[in-house]
Amino acid sequence: MKILVALKQVPDTETKIRVAADGKSLDAGDVKWITSPYDEYALEEALRLKESAAAEVTAVSVGGDKAKDILRNALALGADQAVLVKSAETGDPLAVARTLAAFAQDKGFDLILLGNKGFGGDNACVGPMLAELLGLAQANVVTKLELSEGRFKAEREGDADSEVLEGSLPAVVTAQRGLNEPRYANLKGIMAAKKKTIEEVEGAAVTPAVTTVTLALPPSRPEGRKLEGDAAAQAAALLGLLRDEAKVL
Amino acid sequence: MILVFCETKDGKIRKPSLEALCEARRLADGAGKGLGALFVGADTTGAGEAAQYGADVIVKIEAPSLAAYSSDGYATAIADAVKAKGATALLAAATSCGRDVAPRVAARLGAGYASDVTGLSMVEGRLQAVRPVYAGKAFATTGFETPVQVATTRPNIFALAPCPKAGAVETLPAPAGGFLAVVKEILTKGAGHVDIAEADVIVAGGRGMKDGANFGILEELAGALGGVVGASRAAVDAGWGLPHSMQIGQTGKVVSPTLYIACGISGAIQHVAGMSGSKVIVAINKDPEAPIFKLATYGIVGDLFEVVPELTKAAKALGK
Repeated sequence: MKILVALKQVPDTETKIRVAADGKSLDAGDVKWITSPYDEYALEEALRLKESAAAEVTAVSVGGDKAKDILRNALALGADQAVLVKSAETGDPLAVARTLAAFAQDKGFDLILLGNKGFGGDNACVGPMLAELLGLAQANVVTKLELSEGRFKAEREGDADSEVLEGSLPAVVTAQRGLNEPRYANLKGIMAAKKKTIEEVEGAAVTPAVTTVTLALPPSRPEGRKLEGDAAAQAAALLGLLRDEAKVL
Repeated sequence: MILVFCETKDGKIRKPSLEALCEARRLADGAGKGLGALFVGADTTGAGEAAQYGADVIVKIEAPSLAAYSSDGYATAIADAVKAKGATALLAAATSCGRDVAPRVAARLGAGYASDVTGLSMVEGRLQAVRPVYAGKAFATTGFETPVQVATTRPNIFALAPCPKAGAVETLPAPAGGFLAVVKEILTKGAGHVDIAEADVIVAGGRGMKDGANFGILEELAGALGGVVGASRAAVDAGWGLPHSMQIGQTGKVVSPTLYIACGISGAIQHVAGMSGSKVIVAINKDPEAPIFKLATYGIVGDLFEVVPELTKAAKALGK
């Protein structure tokens, strides 16, 4: 079985977001870059399938040279190959999906795994777009995955419930927290990864379907009010303010 | 024409779909366009309600093969409807279903896509979308370069405004079937089956709740206020038996209620990412230095085990 895991490099969760001078992109100055956390569940699932079902795991990332860091990490964790598809950052998820589809086309992957969304853009759409472009089944926001001959069964998170869906392989599956518990790289893996090469290919030329017109920080919330007195007095004051001032009751 | 993919539940249009419909009506009026409400399924009872919220046309695609949700089956139906109606913009609510199918439709149509938007406008005949990025730490304005534009709207952001229109019903042919993946079963998992993303009032508990059993007092307050209970990641991860579907934050649900009451929640950046869009925020915490107070409209420094029952009592007295 051949598995492709698509990884996105994103700013660390704790990063303070600053807008660059162009007014429409992230000031990358002090940003620490990490593997998008949901992608870690996707990679872990691929590695477990490698161990239980002798799968071959290819990690791929669309981006610039610095994305090699997360690919190197994927190799350290146990991916068999890593490929950097070189592409300029456009901020357009359809362009990323098209680039990934052009790379994955005709390579015979049985399963393509991604995180259910990339931190940052938060679009949660590259997985389903990729499935559509490749004409494959999709299962998104998956918390449980079982594979059998040419078929998959997945549990996915709904709005209030979970859904069990079944479909045909090859398929695109996007991972949600709960699918597994990602491992950490050990020293042996890190040393072995240093000896492996990261393949580099030029991304397909794609025209962006969307562009970022502006990027802005949210308006700051006005300073709040602390309520005085004992619990009963605070409760009474709060209910009064919610009703008369905020008018939400 | 602007087309809105509408979801129904128990024979009624889901509220997030009605919100999308109302926003689409506003955009259509501004741009002099028509508005179509699209229903897909084996049974589209409830579709008629769309006329009350501004649909000029109600488009139905009905077939037994569409009884169970299928990403690819529904994507085919929706994309076919966009083409048949010559729609230039497609909206859907950013629900579990909308987020699953809309990007697939966008890829099918070669359309630009913006997810989970909190603001929409029409600029030179094309959509422009405002959406939170970097977990709500910034807002991006997205412009579309494609003739057809697709967006999903975040629940609880766009106001409902009844606006009766003709609502002429039209039926389009359904896709043939033989879909690649189909939902076989729905698993219900406690939490009252309420989607917290749609709730107007949320009472959320964090590590300060000390135990899952203590969430009973939040249930009582939520009940008195007509709301639902949520939790921070710390509470869900603490092994108190709280389901992940309750979790609010970067790795959980993003919510935008009218009123958010944070009980025993410190306000870690990951939690704030999920609730900073709330209109009014109340924080109840023993620690006056807790970061949640920086965000709170009203802050109560105190023991939540004393304050919450008092609030419940006061709320009941208000007759809410």
